[in-house]
Amino acid sequence: MALIKEIDYGTPEKKSENTVELTIDGKTAYVPEGTSIMRAAREIDAEIPSLCATDCMNEYGSCRLCLVEIDGVRGTPASCTTPVAQHMNVKTTSDRLTKIRRGIMELYISDHPDEDGPLHDMAELVGLKENRYGKEGHNHLKTIIDDSNPYFSFDASKCILCARCVRACEEVQGTFALTVDGRGFDSKISAGSDQSFLASDCVSCGACVQACPTDSLFEKRTAEIGKPDHSVVTTCAYCGVGCGFKAELKEGEVVRMMPWKDGQANHGHSCVKGRFAWDYAIHKDRILSPMIRDNITDPWKKVGWDEAIEVAAQRLMDIQRKHGIKSIGGITSSRCTNEEVFVVQKLIRAAFQNNNVDTCARVCHSPTGYGLRETLGTSAGTQTFDSVMDADVLVVIGANPTDAHPVFASQMKRRLREGAKLIVIDPRKTGLVKSPHIQADYHLPLLPGTNVAMINAIAHVVMTEGLMDQKYIDERCDTEAFKQWHDFIVDPVNSPQSVEKYTGVSADDIRAAARLYATGGNAAIYYGLGVTEHSQGSTMVIGMANLAMATGNIGFSGTGVNPLRGQNNVQGSCDMGSFPHELPGYRPVSDDVVRGSFEREWGVSIDETPGYRIPGMFDAAVEGKYKAMYIQGEDVAQSDPNTHHVEAALGALDCLIVQDLFLNETARFAHVFFPGTSFLEKDGTFTNAERRISRVRPVMDAVTGMDEWEISCRLGRAMGYDMAYNSASEIMDEIARLTPTFTNVSFDLLDQKGSVQWPCNEKAPEGTPIMHIDGFVRGKGNFIITEYVPTTERTTRKFPLILTTGRILSQYNVGAQTRRTKNNIWHDKDVLDIHPHDAETRGIVAGDMVMIQSRMGETVLEARITERMQPGVVYTTFHMPESGANIITTENSDWATECPEYKVTAVQVRPTNHKSEWQEEFEKFSISTRHIAE
Amino acid sequence: MVDLEKAKIVVSRFKDIEGGLLECLHAIQHSFGYIPKETLDIMADGFNISRAEVHGVVSYYHDFKTKQSGRKTVRVCQAEACQAMGSRTLTDHIKKKLKLDLGETDEKGDYSLEAVYCFGNCSLSPNVEVDGKLHARVSSDDFDTLISTGAE
Repeated sequence: MALIKEIDYGTPEKKSENTVELTIDGKTAYVPEGTSIMRAAREIDAEIPSLCATDCMNEYGSCRLCLVEIDGVRGTPASCTTPVAQHMNVKTTSDRLTKIRRGIMELYISDHPDEDGPLHDMAELVGLKENRYGKEGHNHLKTIIDDSNPYFSFDASKCILCARCVRACEEVQGTFALTVDGRGFDSKISAGSDQSFLASDCVSCGACVQACPTDSLFEKRTAEIGKPDHSVVTTCAYCGVGCGFKAELKEGEVVRMMPWKDGQANHGHSCVKGRFAWDYAIHKDRILSPMIRDNITDPWKKVGWDEAIEVAAQRLMDIQRKHGIKSIGGITSSRCTNEEVFVVQKLIRAAFQNNNVDTCARVCHSPTGYGLRETLGTSAGTQTFDSVMDADVLVVIGANPTDAHPVFASQMKRRLREGAKLIVIDPRKTGLVKSPHIQADYHLPLLPGTNVAMINAIAHVVMTEGLMDQKYIDERCDTEAFKQWHDFIVDPVNSPQSVEKYTGVSADDIRAAARLYATGGNAAIYYGLGVTEHSQGSTMVIGMANLAMATGNIGFSGTGVNPLRGQNNVQGSCDMGSFPHELPGYRPVSDDVVRGSFEREWGVSIDETPGYRIPGMFDAAVEGKYKAMYIQGEDVAQSDPNTHHVEAALGALDCLIVQDLFLNETARFAHVFFPGTSFLEKDGTFTNAERRISRVRPVMDAVTGMDEWEISCRLGRAMGYDMAYNSASEIMDEIARLTPTFTNVSFDLLDQKGSVQWPCNEKAPEGTPIMHIDGFVRGKGNFIITEYVPTTERTTRKFPLILTTGRILSQYNVGAQTRRTKNNIWHDKDVLDIHPHDAETRGIVAGDMVMIQSRMGETVLEARITERMQPGVVYTTFHMPESGANIITTENSDWATECPEYKVTAVQVRPTNHKSEWQEEFEKFSISTRHIAE
Repeated sequence: MVDLEKAKIVVSRFKDIEGGLLECLHAIQHSFGYIPKETLDIMADGFNISRAEVHGVVSYYHDFKTKQSGRKTVRVCQAEACQAMGSRTLTDHIKKKLKLDLGETDEKGDYSLEAVYCFGNCSLSPNVEVDGKLHARVSSDDFDTLISTGAE
């Protein structure tokens, strides 16, 4: 594909029921009322030069190049700031306009006489031939370049002060890190208070770089490699927002990732990870050859694909002969494509002949699948992201979107700046609670582990104060279930006063927030792992669905219950049947009809009994009943709770096959290593948090020489089951044949529409942005009683603090990717956040090494003292393997889905001067198990 | 050390007033003699805007100082009417007298010398302001008297 040049319409699209007709250069244009003349002109391909206008931000009118003549109007108004009027007659070119434009352009050029860059292209466009002012006199040629950001530089000598960067930071990203410093000739763009970009509040999202019309802000890599010559549209492989990107290449080499304007999840915006931190894909640590070894202490031996697959298949079959069919299984990856995941679960069901398949969603959003299916009928979020622009009240529970889902956070902030109200329910003072121009109307800083008490109290207020939508309930919900729930929820045990003692939040605040949610107009709930990763994770998901149903907040734009998915394809990996009890499309493996359809297609019989979940696999491995695993792109040794137990389980396996980009922590225990492909090499689809299926297109050839789905197929064939595809699109065709919610999905449809949201079938041929519009998928909405049961993980005299965990913007999950990028400049180690009061009573000062002990284990981190924490609660991230955050987390889990209770661990913290025993061992073991024979 | 508690009290007086930042900056400058860098975050937090935005406003107005000024501030008009009435000569004299260039503060912190472009008192040019008090039709001798007697 040639280089894609997106049309910049100059000013944002306006929505209006009224259409205005006008004439531009003799051609007729029809546009919505309120549209600028510039946009109207560019929509009919009339060219108007401009520098300060771009369509992702509001009109500004500073560059004065876009002047036009309008019949009956004096002077030459700027087309970007002048709205169209009925029967207006506009001229975009005339001798007078040309003269003015050249005059203005010559003034710009007088300060930027060096003849290169886009400014000179614009000069050429307006017909400016020479610069009469030369290089003498005052100019800005000698300014110093700010090189502090690892990915881009700022060269003020090229800057024309159009403030597109400042406005992009404000209007698009919502960080407000930039400003214009000074005035007149001395004015310049400044990050923070005349700081470097790195030292300022800049989050390196790239919006300013993209907005800059003069290359003052430019990417270092582009400067190094040169301008790209072609583009491939694909989808980001980081979080569940699923941003569309154009990978731009020069002679086959990736130059940069540019956010795609037509990407329906991101509309041309990006974050530091997707935009810049993609070069792990070409990192030297990537393993390119399959490898095998007999023992985990042996050095790895590089072998060809045939040998590696043969060895793996032989071992798996030997183990099954010795220990039974069910002694092996596998884990699919939420980082891989739908097609790759589908093939792995097919391999396990058809070639391994059991249902021992699970996915990393087990440890993140499995309660979402359970809770939303039981109440609403579908294991997925109800809305499309854009629905937030119609929300009047946003409720953010246990989620930190500014760090974990930055591009959607920018959209939320935009809506909040427009005036929507905000309720944040979170133990920590997250970025959304307060940041420039954003302030939560209510922040309910509850104690970790008390979500259900909180949601019950909110629902209690709604029901006892008569704030529910009774008509909606009567029409759409199961009235018997509602009656039972009503009787439960109005019980005084659920009143705000009663739960105060658990949550630590004042009853008045809970009441006020509840009233705002129920009466503030369209109310939308957004939540993250702070909801699911609890012993009552599923109960909380149900509680939120109950509340939304009771107030009529599902089935319309601006409402809903919306999980913010952590990984790029966690929705997809769940959809693809990566569960021990469910086939693709969330249909029970025990159902004869469902199983029958797969058996006919696959030509095998499928076991009707569910297999092991991930925690069950580990338990069985420790017991010696489970002997081999095939793990696709997931680092359980770092990501899963209770590391000691996980390591014991992995160490007990006779055969561990790891398929990954890198020798990750899990691979230390592996016997066979299949090198995987990065998203830049994959051909397939990802499904984001709003059920949007987007194409992932190969930007470069697989550096390993093998597509991941092909590895799984070959392993299946080596084990005697004939599975083969000619292309990823054939796999999607099989998924569509077998999955009722995917019937219409095909690569052709995706290529044609860009992306679609499932369900996409005969009832909804082009997909479903908002679900449950005319009623709930399960028929009637189901209210379920959500009794609050405190977790058994409680603070004691020995462990008086609660540890909760989360993420940071610049790193991603276990960090396997981001640790191998320049993002480390922002975060190169995990630290323990602690409130000043807790630090003081323990004699901890900022920067001290502290030992964090739980009943499971201990680890050592550096302390950071911050009032973002409440007293009694400490917090860390888990991006670095040596941090051992999961040494401390416990075996507790959600009652329904076994999703681990990462968010609540009772701990003690004390100063120390040495690393923990595990950390010392880790370093040694880490090196000894990673040796590769040359 | 900048007394941050004092700054917080000042900010709390203005933070809920619409467009209160300018007033607040004046009050901070009045309290500290200038706008200490350390107070930017307090203002940003109080008005719930960014540090960059506060800096943008501070740097736009010449009257907001980012460095401690001298105990006395002398401001001389450089605009056309005053120039026509000899303000260039007067400025040269003042520079020599105070041993300062425009925009400088002496090492002891006694004087700051600043340029101003019109006090709006053109009919009585040239104009000099010493510590906020305007003096009209100032000659070099007048200036010396002003300084030596502390008559301001």
